Amino acid sequence: MKLPRPKLRLVLTILLVWCVGVFAGLGTHTFHYAEGLSYFSNDPKACVNCHIMRDQYDGWLKSSHHAVATCNDCHTPHDFIGKYLSKAENGYWHSKGFTLQDFHEPIMIRPKNTKVLQQNCVACHQQIVDGINHHAGDTRQMLDCIHCHKDVGHGPSR
Amino acid sequence: MSANSDPSTPVPPRPRTLPIWGLVVLLVVTALATLATLLLYQNIVTRKAEATQHVFRVVDVDDMTVDPELWGKNYPRQYDSYKRTVDIIRTRHGGSEAFQKMDEYPVWRRIFAGYAFAVDHREERGHAYMLQDQIETERVTKFKQPGSCLHCHASTIPAYIKAGIAAGVPEGKEHREAQIQKGFEVICAMPFEEAVKEVSHPVSCIDCHDAETMNLRVSRPAFVNGIRSLAESDYPTPHLQSIERWRREKSDRPYDPNIDASRQEMRSLVCAQCHVEYHFKGPGKEVSYPWSKGLRAEQMEAHYDELGFSDWTHAETGAKVLKAQHPEFELWSQGTHARAGVSCADCHMPYVREGAIKVSSHHVRSPLLNVAQSCQTCHRVSEKELLSRAEAIQDRNADLLRRSESALVALITRLADARQAGATDEQLKAARELQRKAQWRLDFVSAENSMGFHAPQEAARILAESIDYSRQGELAVDARAVEVPKPKTAGAGRPPAADR
Repeated sequence: MKLPRPKLRLVLTILLVWCVGVFAGLGTHTFHYAEGLSYFSNDPKACVNCHIMRDQYDGWLKSSHHAVATCNDCHTPHDFIGKYLSKAENGYWHSKGFTLQDFHEPIMIRPKNTKVLQQNCVACHQQIVDGINHHAGDTRQMLDCIHCHKDVGHGPSR
Repeated sequence: MSANSDPSTPVPPRPRTLPIWGLVVLLVVTALATLATLLLYQNIVTRKAEATQHVFRVVDVDDMTVDPELWGKNYPRQYDSYKRTVDIIRTRHGGSEAFQKMDEYPVWRRIFAGYAFAVDHREERGHAYMLQDQIETERVTKFKQPGSCLHCHASTIPAYIKAGIAAGVPEGKEHREAQIQKGFEVICAMPFEEAVKEVSHPVSCIDCHDAETMNLRVSRPAFVNGIRSLAESDYPTPHLQSIERWRREKSDRPYDPNIDASRQEMRSLVCAQCHVEYHFKGPGKEVSYPWSKGLRAEQMEAHYDELGFSDWTHAETGAKVLKAQHPEFELWSQGTHARAGVSCADCHMPYVREGAIKVSSHHVRSPLLNVAQSCQTCHRVSEKELLSRAEAIQDRNADLLRRSESALVALITRLADARQAGATDEQLKAARELQRKAQWRLDFVSAENSMGFHAPQEAARILAESIDYSRQGELAVDARAVEVPKPKTAGAGRPPAADR
């Protein structure tokens, strides 16, 4: 009665190792096929991989900030950890939305990301806006540059 | 070693490995994770494939292919949404349910007295029903109507081309416009029951699209004639830059939307082929758009006055009055959206996304039923807020409409009483002309299908004029010093507040 157990264990272990191998291989391929590495880059083209942001991308190509700022410059925090945390969090919601097709259209920026955006406006335009109480990062008191300057990032709306 | 343990059977050390069930659980978890990854992979493959495919040429369609089902094989996404124009949904003030307006607003039976609309005037349903509804309306079954109706109630262009060639216009694509124009004249002059045999479908792909290139194209002859007369006028068209450009260039060929207009303008002009004010001109009953002096209500009225045209003679008052028909294009032309370059299709056929593909929704309907995609593309506030803004405009317009109806009915009552009391045509002339003006303006806003939204301030201005003309008309009757008995219809002259 004791004999078959080690054999079963061996079989199961081999199966498990095989499965992990398949999973790792398939996962790597899927990651590669989905151009997963591009999301670590600063290239705006990565943001139109999934076609949802085609309008935003096209608009940016025509906008005044095209020459000086890419998607990440305005939409992710400027410190290393903040940037990748933000990419991870937004990336999660974006993949979930695009895979399950369950997001609000037209897409709109979330309050959390508006905060980041405002901080980034101020980061570059510090000298000009220094005298203004912009409260960047404080959702309750924050001035919103793009409330008026809404064309700068994505060009004029239709 | 403890003393009471049996030395002959030593306890084996417990193996420091996973138990069997643990291995099984791990195996199942890994398998499930692999399965999920595969599903994700498959999903990504689908999205990537969608992004590369837009057109599937399954069947050949040409300029004579009316049947939308055939086009639908090549353009299944557009066809799917096109078919949904059968949906029947009411909005607060309109929608696509065929309720009887004469029952909802009985005052209109008096306003339309002596005209077919007093018998049957239902809210129009979606595009899918345009032909069926026209065949069924009592305005057609109980009255004699010409083939002109089919200019907009069916997909008529191929029928026009056939009739045009039969009437002697040479064949061939280069004569397309002449064929259409001739066929149009032939079919307009036919009785409705006969003409309807020439058509088979409500508005179809071919009415807005070139079969070869799928470019937007206008073909309906009354529209082509109308927009040319508008281009030749000096009416400013800042919302249609191509017309202004054509005027500046002083071209020796007539204005042609298919050549001159931008794509964004065409996204309105294809709709303006039908959603406009019209009348049936002369004995040939040709559909004709009154734009020779401009697109505002009083400019179209001046066009009709110059022609000496009236739609019918009012049964109670004897006034020769006008019936306005759905002047959506004209009212839109007065509004802020038109000035901002927003086309009909931007709000009524918004872009929708299916997977990775962006298509223009062919489920043409009220933007109030799809605020997110119609309005939020430009207006970044909540759907609830946007809907409430639009409905506030419409509610105010509706209030003003009710007030204008009361004023006009008061004038009709006063006129009818004076007529019964024996007033002469000469004595009633001024008041009848004022009825014509008031009726035209009230009907203009009432028949227009946006409940004032397309140009709220213009709609209010037109209604203010209507009320003013109605009340002036009442004074004009009094001024004739005719023995006028007290109005028989109690309450007709009261402001609407009292009966709401």
